[in-house]
Amino acid sequence: MKLWTGVRDWLDERFGWEELIAPLRKKTVPQHKHSYWYYLGGITLFLFLIQVGTGILLLLYYRASAGEAFESVQYIMTQVQFGWLVRSVHSWAANLMVFTAFAHMFSVLFLRAYRKPRELTWVSGMILLFLVLGFGFSGYLLPWNELSFFATKVGTEVAGQVPLIGRWLVIFLRGGEEVTGATLTRFFGFHVAVLPGITTVFLLMHLLLVQRFGISVPPGQEKQWEALPKERREVHFFPNFVLREVMAWYVALGVLGALAAFAPWELGVKADPFAPAPAGIRPEWYFMFMFQTLKVLPAKIGFLDGEMVGVLAFSAAGLLWFLVPFFDPKGQGRMARWITGAGVFGLAYIIVFTIYGYLAK
Amino acid sequence: MPRKIFYPLAVLFLGLLASMPAGVFAQTKSSCLDCHFALDPPLRVTPEQFSQDIHAQKGLNCASCHGGDPTNEDPEVAMGRAAGFRGKIERRQIPALCAKCHSDAAYMRQYNPSLRTDQLSQYHTSVHGKRLRMGDAKVAVCTDCHGVHDLRPATDARSKVHPLNVAETCAACHAKSEYMKGYSIPTDQFAGYSSSVHHEALVVRGDVSAPTCTTCHGNHGAAPPGVASVEFVCATCHVFQAQLFDRSPHKAAFTAMGVGACVTCHSNHRIVHPTDAMIGTSTDAVCLNCHSAGDPGYQAADSMARQLGQMTAVIQRSDEILGRAERSGMEISEAKLEQAQARDALTKARVTIHSFDAKRVQADLLEGIKVTEKTYQAGVVALKERDFRRLGLGISLIAIVAVLIGLRLYIRKIEAPQS
Amino acid sequence: MQKEAETRLASANRESPSLKAPASEPLPVRRRFVEILLGGGLLASVVSFLYPILRYLVPPAPPDLGSDSVVAAKVGDLKRNSGKIFRFGNRPALLVQTADGEYRAFTARCTHLDCTVQYRDDVRQIWCACHNGFYDLNGRNIAGPPPRPLENYEVFVRGEEIVVRKQQGA
Repeated sequence: MKLWTGVRDWLDERFGWEELIAPLRKKTVPQHKHSYWYYLGGITLFLFLIQVGTGILLLLYYRASAGEAFESVQYIMTQVQFGWLVRSVHSWAANLMVFTAFAHMFSVLFLRAYRKPRELTWVSGMILLFLVLGFGFSGYLLPWNELSFFATKVGTEVAGQVPLIGRWLVIFLRGGEEVTGATLTRFFGFHVAVLPGITTVFLLMHLLLVQRFGISVPPGQEKQWEALPKERREVHFFPNFVLREVMAWYVALGVLGALAAFAPWELGVKADPFAPAPAGIRPEWYFMFMFQTLKVLPAKIGFLDGEMVGVLAFSAAGLLWFLVPFFDPKGQGRMARWITGAGVFGLAYIIVFTIYGYLAK
Repeated sequence: MPRKIFYPLAVLFLGLLASMPAGVFAQTKSSCLDCHFALDPPLRVTPEQFSQDIHAQKGLNCASCHGGDPTNEDPEVAMGRAAGFRGKIERRQIPALCAKCHSDAAYMRQYNPSLRTDQLSQYHTSVHGKRLRMGDAKVAVCTDCHGVHDLRPATDARSKVHPLNVAETCAACHAKSEYMKGYSIPTDQFAGYSSSVHHEALVVRGDVSAPTCTTCHGNHGAAPPGVASVEFVCATCHVFQAQLFDRSPHKAAFTAMGVGACVTCHSNHRIVHPTDAMIGTSTDAVCLNCHSAGDPGYQAADSMARQLGQMTAVIQRSDEILGRAERSGMEISEAKLEQAQARDALTKARVTIHSFDAKRVQADLLEGIKVTEKTYQAGVVALKERDFRRLGLGISLIAIVAVLIGLRLYIRKIEAPQS
Repeated sequence: MQKEAETRLASANRESPSLKAPASEPLPVRRRFVEILLGGGLLASVVSFLYPILRYLVPPAPPDLGSDSVVAAKVGDLKRNSGKIFRFGNRPALLVQTADGEYRAFTARCTHLDCTVQYRDDVRQIWCACHNGFYDLNGRNIAGPPPRPLENYEVFVRGEEIVVRKQQGA
């Protein structure tokens, strides 16, 4: 123990971090009937760190060219020691992360943690959510199997529906007119360099803002505590909350391990750009609701192209979602109820259309 | 030439040119078609129909076969004896009429030098040809198979004698029991052929290397192959089976018995996909038609059937374990590829059956059995790896649960209410 | 968990709880048990994560260059006028050295019914044993049932290795 304190003090004299983390020691986390939701952000962060770790490991063996990508993933799954574990964890954690990111966003929405002064925390969080979806979309292509090839084809096709810049957007995403090896290289670049770089920036911003303003308490609960200050419960962030967070992380680890061992991620069939599309191509589950919506929209709505209307509608919804804190800075009143309603509708829509998308096959 | 003479000559020349029949077919201006297109069948021949005819396309017209004068509008003259009109050609004279051109090599060379010119002499050797000579007009003549006024070359997919259509053309007579009454041959050939693998290959899959009626019976010299020569006919494609059979004890035995080689077991028209059940001593086996318990043939059949069964079983065993490994998420594509070699060995053994030598069959199967042993082992290894992974998971889960419990207790401890 | 784990802010003026014993001390045995459980569990879980990662970092035998390009054989493996079956991606392929010393490579799947073909040095042609199909040394189907030629692959020699690759371009 003496050694540990000695080393710690020596480093502190040269880094000066005691001063910086002093506020952390005092930080507290409110405890109330909704405070379980607070863990979601941390779990998402944890899964992101898992992705970075397993992603770096995969980088040691993966080859990002159309001729070798599939074979290199096959190699990782069959020849590399524990390659199956690293790859399956990476694929499963990606899906879990998308889920927890969405859950985190919805919990923040319903608990109104976006209200002033946390507007920028919300905005940076929404940006992170889009980045996570971008990670998912770009990463899905990398194994270069039939399903991912065609899912990418369909997905990038949709981008062409954006008015004015649609065509240019498609060419930019695909690295050409069609999905080819050039697309693979480009997506690889997005997935391992561009998106991680941007994510780091916004993640740091997001975490700093959370530290700066502390954890928000839902307005109803806040009012209760203001009336009866003795009822207020807070837990020390360090070590109490952190230890609980670590428990959640360990549970996530166990789940990931079990998934990798019992439901390993499949290799699929190598992509062949000249073969016709197989039956039942679909995007990953987190895009399914958008995909299904576009499918059921009629070809023409008025004089406008049906798909374009769908894309614009989703874009508009996304934009409004971004701006939620600016519509409702107080977190209560009529606007707040509208936002809750919109949130419930959005969540229900996503769930219903995701299920619909799978059943409709 | 002075202008005074040139211009009138030019006008005359152009006038003559204009009055000449336009288009490829002289007969579109022929008086024959002018009437006959409007008549009722069987006299009806339309210009559209005749334009599809290969003879018409090469420049022949009605008079080339029927005689008469197609330039004359008057039917009395056009179809008069003086013009050489022959009217409807009598069936028995049709082969000779066609052969007038088609057996003349020098004549045919003008049109298609590679066309054969021996159709008539072949026809005379056929059952149709012989019976026609004896006066039977019910047999097939040239026009029955080739068509007449819209006759297409055999390479045209719409032709009645295109390989894909031959069987139906033959069946037009041979499958009709009413028509075939009085002849001593069955009428079930087309029905049998339609359910055969040859039909499936040719008509369904479009594999033109598969046989149709004329492949085995001949087309112009159509006759059933004699019992002795059936084997040669099948052997044109099924070379190995024939070679093996020739060296087997069955060759001498079948010849002595006077039964056809291949067709005794496989049938002649209803040749279905052979199964392993055909060999052996069970009720479906063809061997029991001649052999009985105790004779060497019976034993050989039994032995071969057992070997095939064993091979099928070991292939299945490997498939099963590899399937289990694959469903558990293990990667076994290499082993799956090797299984193909085992299946190849089984295919080979099913050909070697025709030697009726159990030892040879065994030798061929041995290679395949070695392969299945390898692939089975691969499956075992894959399942072991799967179990190792689950064990590893179990251990790490124990560690994780230990941490979770420990944390829980620790948290409880540090947050115990203070007295 | 909540009911037991409440700490009041009012008491936050005290030092944060730490590993040192708070006012009410649990039984020493129980404390040791928790420490061992936690410490042991942490150690075990960390090992169970690190072990696979360390094994992962050690590279196994290097992979094929991808199914578009494969080392079929080494120079000297094949005699003149002979052939060899090798694996090309997930399909069998045939490498032939002609009597003149030239290397040719084709898919070994017969275009008739998918049997594996072989090289016949007596007739110097590629032959399918199943139904007696023949292909010439350009892969063209010349006799028997096969309806189409064999797909040709590019062959080139790189040092000691004979590399076979799918034909580039149309």
